[in-house]
Amino acid sequence: MTSSGPRDSSSAATDRPVVSIGKVTHRYGRTVALDGISLDIPRGLMVGIIGPDGVGKSTLMALVAGSKKLQQGRMTVLDGDIADLQHRRRVCPQIAYMPQGLGKNLYLELSVRDNVDFMARLFGLPSAERSTRVRELLEATGLGPFPDRPAGKLSGGMKQKVGLCGALVHEPDLLVLDEPTTGVDPLSRRQFWTLIDDIRAGRPGMSVVISTSYMDEAQRWDWIVAMDAGRVLATGTPAELMKKTGTSDLEQCFIALLPEEKRRGHKALTIPPRASGQTEIAIDAKGLTRRFGNFTAVDHVTLSIERGEIFGFLGSNGCGKSTTMKMLTGLLPPTEGSATLFGQSVEAGSLEVRKNLGYMTQAFSLYGELTVRQNLVLDARLYHIPPEKAKRRIEELIEKFGLGPHLDSLAEELPMGLRQRLSLAVAVLHEPEMLILDEPTSGVDPVARDSFWELLIDLSRRQGVTIFVTTHFMNEGMRCDRISLMNAGKVLACDAPRALIETRGAANLEEAFIGCMEDAIAEENSGRESEAKGATNATAGVAATAPPAPSRPAGFRLRLGRLLAYSNNETMQILRDPVRLAFAFLGSALLMLVFGFGITTDIQNIRFASLDLDRSPASRAYIEQFAGSTPYFISGPPLGSSEEAMGKLQSDEISLVIEIPPDFGRNLRRGSRPEVMAQVDGAMTFRGETVAQYVQGVHNTLLQDPANGLQTGARKYRANFQERFMYNPTFESVYSMVPSVPALLLVLIPAILMTVSIVREKELGSIINFYVTPTGRLEYLLGKQLPYIVIGMLNFFILVVISLVVFGVPIKGSFLMLTLCTLLYVTATTGIGMVTSTFTSSQVAAVFVTAIVTIIPTIQFSGLLQPVSTLEGNARLVGLIWPTTYYMHSSVGAYTKGIGAALMIQDLVFLVCCIPVLWAVSLIGLRKQEK
Amino acid sequence: MTSLLNIFWLGIKEIRSLLSDWVMVLFVAYAFTLAIYVQATGTSSEVNNASIAFVDEDGSALSKELTNAFYPPRFQTPRTIAAGEVDDAMDQGRFMFVVVIPPLLEKDLRAGRQPDIQVNIDATAMQQAGIGANYIKNIINDRISSILSRTDTPATGPINLVIRKMFNPNGISSWFISVVAIINQITLLTVVLCGAAVIREREHGTLEHLLVMPLTPFEIALAKVWANSVVILLATGVSLLLIVHMALKVLFAGSVSLWFFGVVLYLFFATALGIFLGTISRSMAQFALLIILVILSLMLLSGGNTPVESQPEWLQYITFFLPSRHFVSFSQVIIYRGGGIEAVWPQFLMVSAIGLGFFAYSLAIFRKSIAATK
Repeated sequence: MTSSGPRDSSSAATDRPVVSIGKVTHRYGRTVALDGISLDIPRGLMVGIIGPDGVGKSTLMALVAGSKKLQQGRMTVLDGDIADLQHRRRVCPQIAYMPQGLGKNLYLELSVRDNVDFMARLFGLPSAERSTRVRELLEATGLGPFPDRPAGKLSGGMKQKVGLCGALVHEPDLLVLDEPTTGVDPLSRRQFWTLIDDIRAGRPGMSVVISTSYMDEAQRWDWIVAMDAGRVLATGTPAELMKKTGTSDLEQCFIALLPEEKRRGHKALTIPPRASGQTEIAIDAKGLTRRFGNFTAVDHVTLSIERGEIFGFLGSNGCGKSTTMKMLTGLLPPTEGSATLFGQSVEAGSLEVRKNLGYMTQAFSLYGELTVRQNLVLDARLYHIPPEKAKRRIEELIEKFGLGPHLDSLAEELPMGLRQRLSLAVAVLHEPEMLILDEPTSGVDPVARDSFWELLIDLSRRQGVTIFVTTHFMNEGMRCDRISLMNAGKVLACDAPRALIETRGAANLEEAFIGCMEDAIAEENSGRESEAKGATNATAGVAATAPPAPSRPAGFRLRLGRLLAYSNNETMQILRDPVRLAFAFLGSALLMLVFGFGITTDIQNIRFASLDLDRSPASRAYIEQFAGSTPYFISGPPLGSSEEAMGKLQSDEISLVIEIPPDFGRNLRRGSRPEVMAQVDGAMTFRGETVAQYVQGVHNTLLQDPANGLQTGARKYRANFQERFMYNPTFESVYSMVPSVPALLLVLIPAILMTVSIVREKELGSIINFYVTPTGRLEYLLGKQLPYIVIGMLNFFILVVISLVVFGVPIKGSFLMLTLCTLLYVTATTGIGMVTSTFTSSQVAAVFVTAIVTIIPTIQFSGLLQPVSTLEGNARLVGLIWPTTYYMHSSVGAYTKGIGAALMIQDLVFLVCCIPVLWAVSLIGLRKQEK
Repeated sequence: MTSLLNIFWLGIKEIRSLLSDWVMVLFVAYAFTLAIYVQATGTSSEVNNASIAFVDEDGSALSKELTNAFYPPRFQTPRTIAAGEVDDAMDQGRFMFVVVIPPLLEKDLRAGRQPDIQVNIDATAMQQAGIGANYIKNIINDRISSILSRTDTPATGPINLVIRKMFNPNGISSWFISVVAIINQITLLTVVLCGAAVIREREHGTLEHLLVMPLTPFEIALAKVWANSVVILLATGVSLLLIVHMALKVLFAGSVSLWFFGVVLYLFFATALGIFLGTISRSMAQFALLIILVILSLMLLSGGNTPVESQPEWLQYITFFLPSRHFVSFSQVIIYRGGGIEAVWPQFLMVSAIGLGFFAYSLAIFRKSIAATK
């Protein structure tokens, strides 16, 4: 490995520390992440912060970068208080931050170039300079050949390089890298460090702060901070620390630095040799291949593993390790090749083989919401271990794995090391002959890792269990009987670890691995220059010709540039996300149809039948009047008895029975007011009420109509009524629904899309770009809003076309004015989405909360079903401040009332007033730092 | 046998997981109690507090009386406006109804003529407009005849029409709305619970863990189905007892157990839909977006909001394949009309046929997606 070596202290710009921390404490709820840390980080050096997962490294890094809000204590970064907004604004262009997680702050749908370009825009690089700078950086990091590949389709190492390009685009003085190489293959890791060294050579004053849980990596850095449980254990150069503890490598050194109670019981791991003479083959894989589409994840892997062997599988994230394991366990059928376990074929679905298998997945895969005991008992039951035996076995495991004190705690509340032990306990519960472990120790501290390995060795040596384990820790690879090195779906080499190192003549396993990888790449690209080499050369070039500090546009243009950068970014993201894109456009069209047809108040085609107990001309004339009232009534076959009538009403075959009593005709002639009974199905209240009204109406017409011979003269003192159904002369509900539905859809869909776009960034982590760049809150919000306003307007035009073509409802009033109202309305509704995004933190919650918040007032209080003028009390108040009320008025007005521009002015004025209020609320709710 | 045991224990696990998610438990509790109560009592299709204005061109004692015939709660206290204001007032949506009383109304009536009264109706307010207009006509005619003939008995015709509203004699809309609300909640929550259970298990990696055990995808899916169904059935039972029966006092005309049998049949479909959506969406966020589209369509086209026969004919052929439509239909038959199995077997058959068919399909998709998990 190329080491830059400790720097001459005179080359550092000044003696003042780059970061000075005083009594900083940080809590998440009741958990203390940082516990009163005080620390001075020297300037101009490569500083490593080491410690296992969960000791507070990431929190410290985020605080230094200004991405998290300081809770307690004092922190000076680049000669100013980082808690001070003014100072943060000033120095944030000088700080670059790469958060933990592969490509966490990248936009996975965006291409490599777009990602880097976006960061450059946020830092206000002028466009001419930007494109050359981006190209240079991509060339320098070896990403030059694939600027158009989406970031989501890159390997872990390449994602980290893109992240680094984004961080370096504005030439920072302080580079904060949080676990940049976790999960990255050794070759990419080495390239990454070479890159950092070259950049430092070009910018000698730059300070780099890196956190890592790979202790061996930190060995060559200038200065080390060892952390555990939110405290600093020790600081100094690696040599000093190792000398102090009398150890030869940093991992041992770290263990020695741990407080006494943590180290208790820890002893150097010894691996007894395997008893020879066992030759039974446990796993036999021949030419295993798996393709996903045209991507080959695993390429002809052939393995043969003996019973009782510990077999290690080394490789980076995404090299095909997990896919190989899934094929071995029968989770995934191979595209080609075959695998057998103890001579039996593992086809997907073969239950017998699985009973012999214990499996532990990469992530913690037990039920976090169940207790330790419940997890164990569930598995005992699913493997059908008899209850007595299960009880004994569980007690034995609890004893051996030291789970006793935690039996009734929820699995998700256990510390990482204990969780892994619980996972292992569950995996071996049914005494399998074979264990398959997928990265069982990532994120576990070195002491817990050693005790985990003790258990594995015991299982292998004393119980003859075959163990197949993947890892990316080289020192764990050294503990295996044999290992295979995997990269890009291929097994590069397979042998005992020592033998591998010897055959390659390398100093350690990592070098041996890198050697194998370089050979493989050279073989593949024979003729083309090795990517790694090209990268290194180009970097040197860039560093030497690093341009002077670019002149940056100031003030308004700068702000507008950042705003447009966000708009542009958002547009590209949504164009590449099929689900959101479909929701944005097909969703509104689909719902328009569903609402238009689904909510109708037209009651027609009422099925009715008559029960005529008179059978006189008069009774027939009466019934005839109903049968003739199409389209309201449809006559069914006459009924014979009231039981039949009841039966048909019950089964919903008919909705109305007209029962004419015996002697109806005679009584009518005698003027003794015979009674006609109409039985209306009232189960559905609105429909029942309407049918009753129709019946009354038909009855009244009948009495007035001289033609049927039933009338006994016009009644006295009656007025006639002229009904003017205004705006909807035929009184069909499409004319009322179709203009109202857009008002509902244009709040629902834009608000949900808007809120998802912001909350998604919070959930996936790319919002960090907003925290650590000079982007203002208003720029961020407006930039994100712009594309959704455009989508809202496109939706509006789609809905206008649907209402015209499908429903035949044209716009009678001023289209121009309605378009203007719509523009204001979607600006307001996306604003509602912004407001809901300020208090929701997961996308699911955001979708549901926004749906409820927008649908309820829109349906209940804005005049969709009930006119606003009939509302009372609070309902009326909500109706009066909810923007939909005003848009509904102008939309219904423009469609059906044909009202002109003048009457829409007040709606317009109200909508205009809504917008700044919503912006203000969102601005207040949006934080510029993580809590 | 071992398979049944697996399904049983996995289901118990599923219920435990659900119970530990208190947000979800609260949501289910809220959805089946308060939400239904609020929906049933809050919205109403009845005419209530309708805004009305009069244009009185007669100015007689009779026309004054007619104005006074309208009062809360059904109507707001009428305003009197000038004839020229009618169109503007209606355009602005200030009134739903404007009644124009012509000059010489009283005189014409006393002379035995039938003068014309104009009723302007804002027909964009569909639900209230038609029924409200009829109320207005009846109230005015009753008032005219009682004042002019100086009697309180309403005018009678030669035939006495008696309209009986069956199954809900007083036309209380909360009876209908509460049951539709329960139906909608059953659809929504079953799909959400089942789909979320699938996605959660996949996102947390526990699905893989189950799959390497001697379990089949069929057992895993069936465990989710029965566990979530039991939770929903329980919630439905509680809701029916506490809210529908005790708080809203809806009479349950038919057999409760028959209805629950129907619900069980419907749950096959709803759980299958949950598994289907949970399988095809890549993340919870996508699932949430899909749910909105699917559930709204299922609810609005089921006939619970507006009668199925009001849909265009071609649409009725499509909605025939929605189990929610048959669910609404047999619920009405059993709950209000007191129909027995002989009245609802066709709907039961349809729900089980579609439900089981879709269930088989979802299961196949579920298996396939497991095979394709990267």
